[in-house]
Amino acid sequence: MADAAIVVAPSYVPRASGLWIAPPIIVLAALFFYPLCLIAREALGGAGHALSLAHFAEVLGSRLFREALYHTIVIALCATAGCLVLGFVFSVLIAFTPFPGSRLLARLIDTFIALPTFLVALSFTFIYGSAGMLNESLMELMHLPNAPVDFLYSQWGVILSEITVYTPFVMRPLLAAFSLIDTAQIEVASSLGARSMRIVQRIILPAALPALIAGGSLCLLLTVNEFGIVLFIGAKDVITLPLLIYDTAIQQFDYTTACVIAVVNVALSLSLYSLYRFVVAYFGSRRAGLV
Amino acid sequence: MLVWSRLGRVASFALTALLFALIYGLPIGVIALASVAGQWNSVLPIQLSFAHYANALHGDSFEQLRVSIFTGLIASAVALVSGTWAALALRAIRPLPRRVLDAVFFIPSAVPSVSVGLGLLVAFSHPPVLLNGTTMIVLIAHFVLVSAFTYGNVSAGLARLPADFEQVAESLGARPIYRLRRVTLPLLTPYLIAAFSLSIALSMGELGATVMVYPPGWVTLPVGIFALSDRGAIFDAAALTMVLAFSTLIVLLGLARIPTKASVR
Repeated sequence: MADAAIVVAPSYVPRASGLWIAPPIIVLAALFFYPLCLIAREALGGAGHALSLAHFAEVLGSRLFREALYHTIVIALCATAGCLVLGFVFSVLIAFTPFPGSRLLARLIDTFIALPTFLVALSFTFIYGSAGMLNESLMELMHLPNAPVDFLYSQWGVILSEITVYTPFVMRPLLAAFSLIDTAQIEVASSLGARSMRIVQRIILPAALPALIAGGSLCLLLTVNEFGIVLFIGAKDVITLPLLIYDTAIQQFDYTTACVIAVVNVALSLSLYSLYRFVVAYFGSRRAGLV
Repeated sequence: MLVWSRLGRVASFALTALLFALIYGLPIGVIALASVAGQWNSVLPIQLSFAHYANALHGDSFEQLRVSIFTGLIASAVALVSGTWAALALRAIRPLPRRVLDAVFFIPSAVPSVSVGLGLLVAFSHPPVLLNGTTMIVLIAHFVLVSAFTYGNVSAGLARLPADFEQVAESLGARPIYRLRRVTLPLLTPYLIAAFSLSIALSMGELGATVMVYPPGWVTLPVGIFALSDRGAIFDAAALTMVLAFSTLIVLLGLARIPTKASVR
């Protein structure tokens, strides 16, 4: 673990009491973990009642819940796969084919992360919506009576929006990992006659694998949790778990059912989060491109 | 390095530029275009007008902008204090419990925001602590959601600080408070500013938790944008989205210009 030794620089350890950590822990416990426990308690029958799994059985058996779970998982998997492919292509283009403005491009992508996610969903309404630019152009060009492109109000609209929004989260660790590749390796390989595709396969891809896995599991977590995009696309048959929680609690005032769904959703998110932490710990944060 | 010929370089540059323009330029460009569209019933708007911005900048929407900025500032400031405190205090803890606590401070960022909102509703809708329907519950939701990101940024910054400054200060007899105020925090300032900027941006774009807990008198900009787009006023929604994006960028740029001692060094 030679590279691990470089990472763990002798950082300063102050001689202070460990009790100083108590105040932020107490704040977080009162405002976050206590409400989370109450969600679980409410799902198990509510305060003052005996613990029961009746609500769970009822909700988990319902068609609405199973469809939401299915959509959540399918959308997250497809969007993550898309982010990985697009993020890899972009990162290779930016990192290994130097051209003017490639650094600026990387900076711009960083700014994109700071923008609200629903911006993309809203703009897709103007581009791919039934009266959007794409459909209007096609209808004018080909003299069609109806809009020919109609994927926005299906799960594909959500998936495409999420790929746009979350690709930067794959690119950041990838670009960091690429900056660690010794360029001499690539120069030697190409002077020995290796073609670009072979260099990507044999040198770049293996070096990028930890960052791809880390970025991919982060994407999976973020897309499972995504709410704004699904809400703004507003397709009737595309209900994910977060949207179902919102509908149940706010539109139908049914807190107990909402809590049951929230328990499942939080459990799913926390297991993906553990996967992400495990990946980062396994590869070491430096090789996963997270330093 | 991968592409050696001149033609190949030009081609790969053109490909990258085209992909970026399609995937990232087009959405932002279209929102900008829609926000100034007067009448749009063919491929491109027939006429331009600033009526949507005029709608956005008076009355309700302006109040929503004010609410969003205020919420972002308060929640991020509190998160900055608690995140910095946690990151500093964790340094004095032994490695194993430190790793566990580190994971604990990150958990709020892993939980779906809608569930954070639901939890606050369930927990604080009855006495003794009745917060449902107050401004406070929105501030708390935003604080919880951004706290993990401020903690993460500050602790990443702490890990990169050179150890010798603090050691020298300690060996010269500087007391802990003095050392913190005169050595650690000034060195940490760039990371504190970065953490603060990121959390303001996150808070100003937050929708999931806010839509669960907001009271009628405290509507943030994203909730207002959703309300507009939901009732079909998508051009007003686009104008308001531009206002949100611009005000986020202005806040970020303003914070990036703060001079720090560490950057002079």
